[in-house]
Amino acid sequence: MAKTIAEINEKIKQGKAVVVTAEEIIGIAKEKGIKKAAQEVDVVTTGTFGPMCSSGAYLNIGHSKPRIKLGGGRAYLNDVPAYTGLAAADIFIGSNALPDDDPRNKIHPGEFNYGGGHVIEELVAGKDIRLVATAYGTDCYPRKRLETWINIKDLNEVVLFNIRNAYQNYNVAANTSDRTIYTYMGVLRADLGNINFCSAGQLSPLLNDPYYKTIGIGTKIFLGGGIGFVAWHGTQHNPNVPRTENGVPTRGAGALCVIGDLKQMSPKWLVGTSMLGYGCTITVGIGVPIPILSEEILRYTTVTDAEIFSAIVDYSDAYPNLKPDILGEVSYAQLKSGKVTLQGREVPTASLSSYPRAVEIANTLKEWILSGKLLLTEPVAPLPGVESGITFKPLNERPIEE
Amino acid sequence: MAVSKRIVLHFPKRMVDRPIVCRLVKDYDLEFNILKASITPEKEGLMILELSGEQGEYDKGIRYLTKSGVEIQSLSQDVLRNEERCTHCGACITICPTGAFELDPITRWVNFHDEKCLACGLCIKACPPRAMEVHF
Ligand code: SF4
Ligand code: SF4
Repeated sequence: MAKTIAEINEKIKQGKAVVVTAEEIIGIAKEKGIKKAAQEVDVVTTGTFGPMCSSGAYLNIGHSKPRIKLGGGRAYLNDVPAYTGLAAADIFIGSNALPDDDPRNKIHPGEFNYGGGHVIEELVAGKDIRLVATAYGTDCYPRKRLETWINIKDLNEVVLFNIRNAYQNYNVAANTSDRTIYTYMGVLRADLGNINFCSAGQLSPLLNDPYYKTIGIGTKIFLGGGIGFVAWHGTQHNPNVPRTENGVPTRGAGALCVIGDLKQMSPKWLVGTSMLGYGCTITVGIGVPIPILSEEILRYTTVTDAEIFSAIVDYSDAYPNLKPDILGEVSYAQLKSGKVTLQGREVPTASLSSYPRAVEIANTLKEWILSGKLLLTEPVAPLPGVESGITFKPLNERPIEE
Repeated sequence: MAVSKRIVLHFPKRMVDRPIVCRLVKDYDLEFNILKASITPEKEGLMILELSGEQGEYDKGIRYLTKSGVEIQSLSQDVLRNEERCTHCGACITICPTGAFELDPITRWVNFHDEKCLACGLCIKACPPRAMEVHF
């Protein structure tokens, strides 16, 4: 029954493609069987909406008159520092960047009310942003100071470029110490007071294509409310982790590096985020379409929360000290039930990633495909798979002797 | 003149075990009704009281509480959810001491029951997109 992406695109253009979400396919496959479902369904859409720290955007602000060379100087967007190690008019703003005068964790837990993620949200919302820059001045770029409002609509390129997003599975966080801790996995109460998790589970892109058989470099995706692309594998991409029989990793594994024109995205899907006591980040919406090229690929998309497991990690000790110990394994079905039994106790659970909004992304992507707004792309190159031998290396520290 | 007010008491960790409230009855002849009591993640005590008695004694009682290190907040402030900012992630569910947030098991929308909210303020900074707002 093997189909090709070209054949599916032909069906999309004729308005005949059958597109369902990764949640809907579960019931369809149960009712019709894998074989029939694989014949009938052409595309399965996925979605995820959670805080994704390795996100940022680059901007070309255009040349001022007289010219200023931001490269090697300093630039601030609404007081948040942007990276200036590029050419004269290009800057990069990362989601974790903080104003120089933010008190950070001086009074713990710091609030982190405004940072790079919030700048990106305001930029994409069409708000004016205050750019303040200083430079050293050259013969060809004489200007030393620039203070101006900028707006996304007046800039040349404004591109979201996230070097690690859409993690394939993730740690589940708990705290065994006797004090509340404030982490990027949220507020974790003492003595196993709560457990936090952050994955869309059965809707999450890479959990529906565990061996990266269809998602590759060049795949066209839903990104921040607009259209984007997979640019590369994400940093820390680690295909070689333990997997269940159905191929699903039971630890953080693969990740995507994604790119897209920020001008066509929306603040609804790029939300500035503050993690108490930890820092600023951005909540990003991503959805990836999976072409059903074979029964095998369809079978992967039928994965349910009950079949996806992850490790509960102690963020008061194992995580900060880079110890491999885990407190246990748990399925997303258990996590989503609202409580998990751990060390003989019932611990309440909470999510950092929004499942209802992940459903909305998968449905939006489905509409885009059905209406012909988004055609599927053939990956230009695959993401590194298990055979690549890639592993996730810790830092090999070598003390610098004076 | 008799008064009756609803107040929120924040007890520092070191005072959680002390019988502060009972002294209001003995020494100031006030009547109280505990509407809600819990311990926050910081191990601070949190108590919502309806306190009534003679105005003069009431004021003295409040002064006694403040002097003992209890922080008092009136229940006049309101915590509201900015529906546009809420992403329905659910991070607030295990933060709220009174269970004001409830997850719909089917849709996984997070419902906010403001009648259960005691305005303790814990969710304000724990909500990642800062959708919970205090209004005075
Ligand atoms: S933590 Fe904030 S954004 Fe998340 S569900 Fe609660 S109120 Fe909404
Ligand atoms: S302020 Fe927030 S955490 Fe406190 S009771 Fe109200 S809803 Fe719950």
